[in-house]
Amino acid sequence: MTDPLTPPKKKDPLVRTRAGHVPPGLRSRAAKAMAVRAGQGQFVLQTCNTTGQTTYPPRDRSPFTWDELTWQEQPRGAVIEAVTTIDATVDPFFREHLPWRVGSARLDAGPMAIVHLHGDVKQGDRVRMEIKLDRGGNPALFAMPEKETPNMADDPQLRVFTADPKLRRVLVTDGRGPVGQAVAQALLKAGAKTVYLGNADTLMRYPGQDRIEAIEGIEPVALNLTDTSSTQELAAQLGGKVEIVVNTAQFTRQSGVGFGGKLSDLQTGLETEVSGLMRLAQAFAPAMSGRSDDGVNSAAAFVDVASIHGLTGKSGFSGAAAAAAARLSLISGLRGEMAHTGIRVMSVLTGAIDDEWHQNVPPPKTAPVQIAKAVVEVLQKGQETICAGDVAKDILSRWQADPLLTIREENQ
Amino acid sequence: MAKQKSYDGAVVCAPVTVPYVRFSPETAHWWTGAALAELSRQTGLGPADFDGFCFASFSAVPDSVVGMVQHLGLSPRWMDHIPTGGASGVMALRRAARAVQAGDVDIVACVAADTNQIDSFRQTLAGFSRFSQDATYPYGFGGPNATFALITDNFMRQYGIGREDFAKLCVAQRDNALSNPTALMKKPLTHEQYMKARPISDPVHLFDCVMPCAGAEAFIVTTPEKAEELGLSTARIAGTIERHNAFAEDAVQTRGGWARDIDDLWQAAELGPQDMDMVQVYDDYPVIVAMQLADLGFCDKDKLPEFIAQNDFTISGSLPLNTNGGQLSAGQAGAAGGFQNVTEGLRQVLHCPLGDQVPDARHALVSGFGLVNYDRGVCTGAAVLTQEVLR
Repeated sequence: MTDPLTPPKKKDPLVRTRAGHVPPGLRSRAAKAMAVRAGQGQFVLQTCNTTGQTTYPPRDRSPFTWDELTWQEQPRGAVIEAVTTIDATVDPFFREHLPWRVGSARLDAGPMAIVHLHGDVKQGDRVRMEIKLDRGGNPALFAMPEKETPNMADDPQLRVFTADPKLRRVLVTDGRGPVGQAVAQALLKAGAKTVYLGNADTLMRYPGQDRIEAIEGIEPVALNLTDTSSTQELAAQLGGKVEIVVNTAQFTRQSGVGFGGKLSDLQTGLETEVSGLMRLAQAFAPAMSGRSDDGVNSAAAFVDVASIHGLTGKSGFSGAAAAAAARLSLISGLRGEMAHTGIRVMSVLTGAIDDEWHQNVPPPKTAPVQIAKAVVEVLQKGQETICAGDVAKDILSRWQADPLLTIREENQ
Repeated sequence: MAKQKSYDGAVVCAPVTVPYVRFSPETAHWWTGAALAELSRQTGLGPADFDGFCFASFSAVPDSVVGMVQHLGLSPRWMDHIPTGGASGVMALRRAARAVQAGDVDIVACVAADTNQIDSFRQTLAGFSRFSQDATYPYGFGGPNATFALITDNFMRQYGIGREDFAKLCVAQRDNALSNPTALMKKPLTHEQYMKARPISDPVHLFDCVMPCAGAEAFIVTTPEKAEELGLSTARIAGTIERHNAFAEDAVQTRGGWARDIDDLWQAAELGPQDMDMVQVYDDYPVIVAMQLADLGFCDKDKLPEFIAQNDFTISGSLPLNTNGGQLSAGQAGAAGGFQNVTEGLRQVLHCPLGDQVPDARHALVSGFGLVNYDRGVCTGAAVLTQEVLR
C-alpha cells in the first residue's frame, strides 16, 4: 500500500527551490505519435499492417514483414518479469527523484517493454499498463497494480506523471458562471487545498455567489482577464502559491459572419478568451515553471476549457468558434513552451454548454458538472486533451476521421 | 551450414594498449593517433605503410573512419568502421583477416579509441540509440546499469545464481588487474567489500559496474610474410563466430548469439573449451561473464554456481579469466572495451603480457558482446587465437 500524502509544510522562503528539470526529451517521430495518443488517454501500440502483430519500441516499419505500421488500442494487461531500483543516475531530473523503480514487462499485446513501476507492483505481478505523459510531454509506459490499492494515486512515482489536484492550490479564472463554480467544487472534492475563484467584476453580484463563497476552501479573488493590470496584480499575490490554473473564462454570443454577427461581440470574445488567455499565461507561467518540481504541491498544470468548435467552426456561433480556435492555437504554443519547464498544458473540449447563452441549441448539451468532471479527470490522469460530454466526443472523433467533412457538417 | 574456411594467410600481431585515464580533455582522434604511434614504434611503419585501417569509436563524432583517415594521414586501400562497441574487436579481426587473406590488403591497423571528457558519458547515453532514447533511458535514466540490473535480476532467479557467485568472478578479475600496471583499479577487492558495496541499480552494486574512461587499443592483421619481415610474433585465427539480434523472442535476455553458433566455433577451431588456456570475455557486468561462460560451452547455465565454485579464475588458476583485469578492473574505454579482450588474449598467447603471464599459454578464447540498443546486448562474436610464431 502507498503512504498517503502528507500536507506540505509552509514554504520556507529562504530555502532554494528545487529546479524543475524534465526527463531526457529526445524522441523519434514515432514516439511523438505515441505521445499524442497517450495524451488522449489511449493505450496504443503499433501493429503490422500485414500480420497484425504488435511491436514496441516505436518503429517506422514492421520487423515482421517490413510493411508499414498502424497505431491501435491494445489490451492493457502485462506481467512484470524483472525489477530494479535505480539508485544512481547522471540525469538531473531523476537524480532528484531517486530511488526510482523500473521493470521488464511482458505486455499481453506481445512485446516486452521497460516500464515505470507503481510502488505496489512487485516482480511476477500481473499489472494494468497505462501510457502516461512525462513532465516533458513524452510517452511513458507505467505499470499500475491490477486492482485498486489504498492511496494508489499518492504513489510518488505516479504523481510525477499526473497533475492530481490533491493538496494543490488551484486558480479557477471565472467563478461568476455555472462552469467555474462546478469546477471549483469538483476540485475541492478531489482534494484540492484551496480554490482561488476569479471574479471579473467585484462590484456586481452573481448568481450563487453567497453559496459558493461560503464553501470552505474557496477564496474569492478579483481577476479580470481583459485587464492586464488585474491579471498581473493577482499573479504578484498568488503566483508562488498556485499549482494549477483552470481557465473557465468564456464569452459566447450567437453570431453569424456576413449575416447576424455583431463585431463588438467578436471583439469582446477575443479580448476575454484569446488576449485573456495570453495575459493569464504571461502572468502565471513563469512562477509556476519555477515551482514545477517543488515536492508534494509542486506546480503542475495549466488547464484551458474551450469549445470543441475551435476545431471546426460552428454555424450560428461563428464568432465564439473563432475565439475557441485562437485559444486552441495559443494552448498548443504554450504546451510546447511549458514542456521545457515541467508544467502540463491541458485542453478540456466542450460541446454547447447547457447555459443561458445556448438556449436555442437543442440537447444534448454539455452540463457544467460534466466539464468539472473532465477537468478533474484530465488532471488526475495527466492527459493533454479530454472531451467533456458526448457532443464533444462525437465531434472530435468525426474531426479525427475526416476534418474537412466535419468542418462542412458543423457549418452547413 | 558449411564449415568455416580457415584463416590461413592471415595472422594477428602487435597488441597495443594506450594506458587508460579516467577523464581526458583529449579527443578520440588524439587517442587513435596515440594507438597508431605505438603500432609505429613496434613496427617502424608510418602512415604511408598501412594499406588497411579498421576503426571503432563512439566519441569520434562527427567523424567516421573517413574523417579519421584524413585526420591521421592514412591512405588505405581497404577500410572499415565497426559500430558494435563490445563486439567490435572480434568483428574487426574477422573482417581484416578475410581482406588480408583475399589479397585486398596487406597490413591492417585495427584501432578502437574513445575519450571520456567530463559529462561525455551522460551525453553519449542520451543519444545512444533510437530505441534507448525512446524506450529505455527516459525510464529513470539508469543507463546500462539499469538495463543490466533487469537482466541480472532475471538471470539470478532463473539459474539460482547469487551475488556471492558474481563476487568470485569480480574478485578474481581484480586479482588479475593488480599485476597490470595500466589497470585503473589498483587496490585489491575482497569478497566482503564486493558484497557490501552500495547498490547502483539493485541487484547491480558498485563493483558490478565498469569505470568509464578514455583509452585506445590496437592490433595488426597482416600476412605471415609481412609479419616475419617486421619481426613480429604472430597468432593465427583458429575459428570465429558472429551473430546479431539472436533470440529476439526471449522475454529478458538469458543468452546471447554465441548459444546459436558455438558448435560452429569449436568445429572450425578443431578445439574445445577444455583446450583454452584462458578466456577473455566481455565483462560490462558479471552476469554477462557468467552468461558467456555457459553459452561458450564451459558449463550449463543451471550448473553455473558449481562451475564458478570449482574453478579459479586468476592468472595462475584453472581457468584464467580476463587476465588484464577486464573492463571491471582495468576500465572501460568505450569501444576500446570491445578490443581489449582481443589485445589481452593476443598478448598472452604471444607471451608479452602487461602483467603476469598465463603459464604456457597457447590458446585464447576471446568473446565480444556489444550494443544495448534497447533492452539487451544485440551483437555477439567470439574467436579462438592460437600462438603461431614467437619472435
